Amino acid sequence: MKKTSKKQEIKKVFSKDPGPWNFYSRAGNKYFLMDWIFKKILFISGVSIFFLVLMIFIFLVLNSMPSIKEFGFRFFLSKSWDPVFEKFGALPFIAGTIFTSFLALLISLPFSLSISLYLGEFSKSGFFSGFLKNSIELLAGVPSVVYGFFGMFVLIPIVRYLEIKFNIEPYGVGIFTSSIILSIMIIPFSASLGREVIELIPQDIKEAGYSLGSTRYEVIKRIVLPYAKSGITAGILMALGRAIGETMAVTMVIGNSNVMPKGLFSPANTMASLIANEFTEAVSRIHLSSLIEIGLVLFIISAVFSIMGKIFIHKFSITENG
Amino acid sequence: MDNKNISKRIFKDRIFTVCVTFLAFIACLPLLGILFLIIKNGASSINLGFFIHLPKPVGEEGGGIANAIVGTFIVVGIAFLIATPISLLTGIFLSENRKSRFSEMVRVSIDILSGIPSIVIGIIAYLWVVKPMKGFSALSGGIALAMIMLPVVIKSAEETLKLIPYSLREASFALGVPYYRTVLKVILPTGFSGIITGVLIAVARIAGETAPLLFTAFGNPFMNFNITKPVNALPLLVFNYATSPYEQWHKIAWGAAFILIIIVFVVNILARMISKKWKVTF
Repeated sequence: MKKTSKKQEIKKVFSKDPGPWNFYSRAGNKYFLMDWIFKKILFISGVSIFFLVLMIFIFLVLNSMPSIKEFGFRFFLSKSWDPVFEKFGALPFIAGTIFTSFLALLISLPFSLSISLYLGEFSKSGFFSGFLKNSIELLAGVPSVVYGFFGMFVLIPIVRYLEIKFNIEPYGVGIFTSSIILSIMIIPFSASLGREVIELIPQDIKEAGYSLGSTRYEVIKRIVLPYAKSGITAGILMALGRAIGETMAVTMVIGNSNVMPKGLFSPANTMASLIANEFTEAVSRIHLSSLIEIGLVLFIISAVFSIMGKIFIHKFSITENG
Repeated sequence: MDNKNISKRIFKDRIFTVCVTFLAFIACLPLLGILFLIIKNGASSINLGFFIHLPKPVGEEGGGIANAIVGTFIVVGIAFLIATPISLLTGIFLSENRKSRFSEMVRVSIDILSGIPSIVIGIIAYLWVVKPMKGFSALSGGIALAMIMLPVVIKSAEETLKLIPYSLREASFALGVPYYRTVLKVILPTGFSGIITGVLIAVARIAGETAPLLFTAFGNPFMNFNITKPVNALPLLVFNYATSPYEQWHKIAWGAAFILIIIVFVVNILARMISKKWKVTF
């Protein structure tokens, strides 16, 4: 079934017949030619997008070849990043990225879940939910460099004050600070996706829960959350992908130190912020290609996340239909 | 079920409601904080000279960010000119071929493209444009931003065009209008507001992007209209001045952040007004 339909589709794309409705169409008719050209242009633009992504991948691989050949898999295990002796290992930045983004996710999760529950379940309209919705949308529109700026002049002094209180070395910058900034940045994404998913839950199954005497908390816990699970997971994945790739805000508050992070409050570097810091200063070929290899890793991670998120959303839409 | 159990459940429910409401509103605080700080610090450093002067060296009073404002418009303009036609055509292609295997492949590539971190897009623009041209340029910045803009506009165009009912195009076909004219004169104008909204949202997003400009547009302390030369842009200027150690530059950065946020918000609000006023409804 699927195979024949695929064949038909390919036939449709390449077919010279513009469609069953076009009963005046004949070869040689000028409209026929225009339609054919128009369809080809549309098709080519679709192909160009596909090739754009393919070329991005190929160029990243080609340009990181010197570093892949030189370091091989050790690139991901070595702790030293030394432009002078040209020894490059990405482990500190992989660790920094994982720490900051997962911590950010952990911090943001209760907030974004609350927002999506509040907007999708508790109060769908009204002054406060309108206010909340607009704030979230605006929060999503603030450029990341402004978040970084805010972090530099507000968050860093606060964190430094806390560090002095708890007797830790008062850097102010570091993993903790950038996680907080990241968590503020990713709340709007997971919240708005979560809200959409929760709003889609059919009213009758919730009402069935209420008619059995459940409280709202029980309905949310037993019906809403399980039903919206895959959508919420997709939102979390998208938020995580964004946190991993976020550059500017992190660069401004993480402290940019190329060593293995020692703790929650120590300065570090993420993969993205490393590229932002060193790309224009990289002189040697191997340094540049190591940075590009880190870019390749980021590309692969984000691609996997996008595809996984799509699968989760797809799964949700199937359960919704059947 | 005894009474105590029920009141316990109701109590739990109340606690839960309070927690959710509380957490939801706590999350708004950072936004209000950011807005408040930027308005407070930014508005004070803005005057007419801020818009028409070039930046002055450290130590000299005054100076403006005219070059960054012009640069932002140049770079965003280039991105707009490159991305809009391609994404419109692709959006039409996807809405016309909804179920083919190939358009599914294109959809997956669009998802991947929209997920690529902007810094990686910067690397690509560096490899594709800066390296062959042997120098940073506004053009490379525009191309980098265009790649970020593409998926946003394609998705919104596709979603809008999908909503247009089939009867409209059948009516057009019944009048003997050829396919390409039906698309260009019936379907596109009907979905115009949605497409404009998507373009505006994408423009608002790329206007604030910094990472892809770091090694493409690069920044330039002087006014520049030549697209093969480096230009400054507002987000780049905010980044460079905010990370500098000079108090005076911080003040300029606040002002620039203020203008940047106003541009982004105005474009966003415009987009929402357009989508509300000329919504595609059937």
